[in-house]
Amino acid sequence: MADMDEPEKKRSRVVELTEKMVVDGGNGLAACEWEGRWNHLKKFLERSGPFTHPDFEPSTESLQFMLETCKILVIGAGGLGCELLKDLALSGIRNINVVDMDTIDVSNLNRQFLFRPKDVGRPKADVAADFINSRVPGCCVVPHFKKIQDLDETFYRQFHIIVCGLDSVVARRWMNGMLLSLLVYEDGILDPGSIIPLIDGGTEGFKGNARVILPGMTACIDCTLELYPPQINFPMCTIASMPRLPEHCIEYVRMLLWPKETPFGDCVALDGDDPEHIQWAYQRSLERAAEFNITGVTYRLTQGVVKRIIPAVASTNAVIAAACATEVFKIASSAYIPLNNYMVFNDVEGLYTYTFEAERKENCSACSQVPLDLHFAPSSKLQEVLDYLTESASLQMKSPAVTATVEGKNKTLYLQSVASIEQRTRPNLSKTLKELGLMDGQELAVADVTTPQTMLFRLYFTS
Amino acid sequence: MAATQASKEQKYDRQLRLWGDHGQETLENAHVCLVNATATGTEILKNLVLPGIGAFTIVDGHTVSGEDVGNNFFLSNNSIGKNRAQAATELLQEMNSDVSGNFVEESPDKLLDNDPEFFHRFTIVIGVHLPESTCMRLGSVLWSASVPFLVCKTYGLIGYMRLVVQEHTVIESHPDNALEDLRLDQPFSEFKNHIQSYDLDSMDKKDHSHTPWIIIVAKYLEKWLSEHNCQAPKNYKEKEAFRQIIREGVRKNENGVPEDEENFEEAVKNVNTALNPTKVPTALEDLFNSEQCNNITSQTPAFWVMLRAVKEFVHNEGSGSLPVRGTIPDMIADSQKFISLQNIYREKAMQDTAAVSKHVERLLQSVGKPPESISEKDIKLLCKNASFLRVVRCRSLAEEYSVDSVNKDEITSCMDSPDSEMVFYLMLRAVDRFYQQHSRYPGVYNYQVEEDISKLKLCVNSLLQEYSLNVNIKDDYIHEFCRYGAAEPHTVAAFLGGSAAQEAIKIISHQFVPFSNTFIYNAMSQTSATLHL
Repeated sequence: MADMDEPEKKRSRVVELTEKMVVDGGNGLAACEWEGRWNHLKKFLERSGPFTHPDFEPSTESLQFMLETCKILVIGAGGLGCELLKDLALSGIRNINVVDMDTIDVSNLNRQFLFRPKDVGRPKADVAADFINSRVPGCCVVPHFKKIQDLDETFYRQFHIIVCGLDSVVARRWMNGMLLSLLVYEDGILDPGSIIPLIDGGTEGFKGNARVILPGMTACIDCTLELYPPQINFPMCTIASMPRLPEHCIEYVRMLLWPKETPFGDCVALDGDDPEHIQWAYQRSLERAAEFNITGVTYRLTQGVVKRIIPAVASTNAVIAAACATEVFKIASSAYIPLNNYMVFNDVEGLYTYTFEAERKENCSACSQVPLDLHFAPSSKLQEVLDYLTESASLQMKSPAVTATVEGKNKTLYLQSVASIEQRTRPNLSKTLKELGLMDGQELAVADVTTPQTMLFRLYFTS
Repeated sequence: MAATQASKEQKYDRQLRLWGDHGQETLENAHVCLVNATATGTEILKNLVLPGIGAFTIVDGHTVSGEDVGNNFFLSNNSIGKNRAQAATELLQEMNSDVSGNFVEESPDKLLDNDPEFFHRFTIVIGVHLPESTCMRLGSVLWSASVPFLVCKTYGLIGYMRLVVQEHTVIESHPDNALEDLRLDQPFSEFKNHIQSYDLDSMDKKDHSHTPWIIIVAKYLEKWLSEHNCQAPKNYKEKEAFRQIIREGVRKNENGVPEDEENFEEAVKNVNTALNPTKVPTALEDLFNSEQCNNITSQTPAFWVMLRAVKEFVHNEGSGSLPVRGTIPDMIADSQKFISLQNIYREKAMQDTAAVSKHVERLLQSVGKPPESISEKDIKLLCKNASFLRVVRCRSLAEEYSVDSVNKDEITSCMDSPDSEMVFYLMLRAVDRFYQQHSRYPGVYNYQVEEDISKLKLCVNSLLQEYSLNVNIKDDYIHEFCRYGAAEPHTVAAFLGGSAAQEAIKIISHQFVPFSNTFIYNAMSQTSATLHL
């Protein structure tokens, strides 16, 4: 199966390609094409078919678009990220950027196949980019060893599609919020040109999901917050005085014993990646367990609990990343109607997939234009407002910072992330809203790690 | 030596938490054979090399083409013209130094001609993009040798997998939502004695609110039984009445307001499942009634000997029930009460396991084998997982393809919905037929697409006729399969690569339940189906 065209056509095509090689300097890289390279893809770009997208028109230009113009951003260069980079590179995408703030750890090597033992300690984004660029000639992956929050809208705006292989819900929500903030509305109508599709993948053990989000049009991350399982935290009284499971013993050591004994120095926090720390925690957990006749504390369990380790294998990441990359291809080429819009996968027993359309939430705090209201009695304490912001199922904020305009001046009511301000504003938590000078119907601005934009709430007093 | 073990523990940490050290050991002792290093094949192998299988061997007679390099991460353009097995082995092997990679520059047909026993050495053989005739030949050899065979294919936007294994036993199926084994409907004597030591009415406040819910339900159930002629609550009305009685058991403070007793809340919440009758699962009953279980010989694998021992236990010491599992869920309780209750279950489980062991010993003796043939560890593992034992059996390819034994019912009932994934199975069969007739796949070259549609349609019709399948395949699918031109887009190959590799790991490790027996993935709609063919 060499080339697709008849022998005469084949000859002229080779000439065409050779000419292209000379002209196409690319990004200063030696443009490397060879006969038949893109044959597998061309069949989907250059041929019509009965199931293609209604807007699809077969042409030889689609491949050129994919190779030269299409710009894709991959968030995360870990289990999903490595797979995504490979999948996109072999789907004709050359302009890829990848963002990851982490460095490589030995425990990554069972699935993050762009890394080798000699790479341990180096930034994931850099090593991943190097590997792909050298293995797939012509591909140009640009790495960013950064947090997603370190990049701004000018950066994100340049991409046609963004694919996420993240391991945190908070980061997903931030990304979600960023793309929502790029939306342009003219006279209340959404400008489709301002939409950047977000393809999001997630895995855990043998389970995973892939979803397509068209910000402003389809369900966003926050619309479906309940789909993310809450983190299991044991009650304090169990940990402190009546442990029953080995996990309780380990949490006791992490949360209570370590801060008390500061075994490696006063301000030294328990580092789950430091084997010495884990060894200490393991020994002390064994002692705690022995006190209560609890069996089952192991080194592996200790590390798992301290680091909140989620088991992971290559296969699940391969499946989910592939599904995401297929969607990138569909959207970039307009060849097929994209997934609408959520697929879950589970191969614990056989292989199970379930595909459905996640619905937009009418009053979604992130993507609906519905104003957010807060209803509290003037005698309520500020702490109650903060509790609502963190505990509400639809908001699930992590550490909200609240500011308001009081008597004409902008006043920070409470902020946790800067120690000095936290200390200064802490007394406000036990003051009532009335004492703080807040008025019925006024605006409160709330900032939080779950969103890049400040959220505006309107405060209404109840009697 | 110790250093490598420690670094392996670190490297494989995230997967060891899924299948344990013993599961990892089975992988490291496995030798996987891949036939054809296409993109699908190398993606499958990638997901086996990374978790550390012992060895792989690629059998491939093809030379690398430009097209191959375009969709395959494990072929580089400077290997064009070289043998594909060799080229792929280098780049796959490089990912994990624990794995030993081998290659055979030979087509599978040649090997089947000259040395079919070559394939007997493998733990599993994975055949990718095999023409039908080669597939059937290989399938027959592997079936006779009892070597598991996994057939995979990426065709356009469709992924296909077929597992061929005669009998695959699973002790550790790791079910997602297993019911607890608490025996509240038939409390064993040690449990009954244990709860005698509890007098809920006379306990102090602290003890009362830290008594495990299992004990609460058991106490109140004892009372109910004595008042209801030994009949446990059966319907919703009775269960609700029972729940209410427990609610009323919550202590009240001096003002008559019920205290906050979370353990009682747990008791109420768990009444429904706690009252589930203890019984042997039907699937297990079927296994008890099977040939292998009832006909123990010196050739019988350990799984069946142990299963028979469990059956003997059920009919004797177990009085109709399986050995007690021995685990209880976490619940609100003080440490001492919880641990002592947990120990009651653990000790009972140990007792039951010992009884099963005796049966194992007796069975082994009866066929002239030493008792050490089956370890205590294995018996304990099986007893703990008694409720979850599974056996997967797949039909041979010969049976699937034979006109006499084709699964017509499955095919026609699925095709009641003409867009069900079954249509892709039929199209793949038709495409194989096309290849047999024309020595090529439909629509490979642009100019062929149109004219091959009618040729492919003839193949479809002859297929349906041969098997007397009264189904209708829409023309759109025939057109689409010509359009595919046997393309193997990387993302679809990668999806199948992950799926197939995990199924291979299940076969090798005997943990988690493999699919049976055909899996179809549709990348157009991101849907899939498992068919029984």
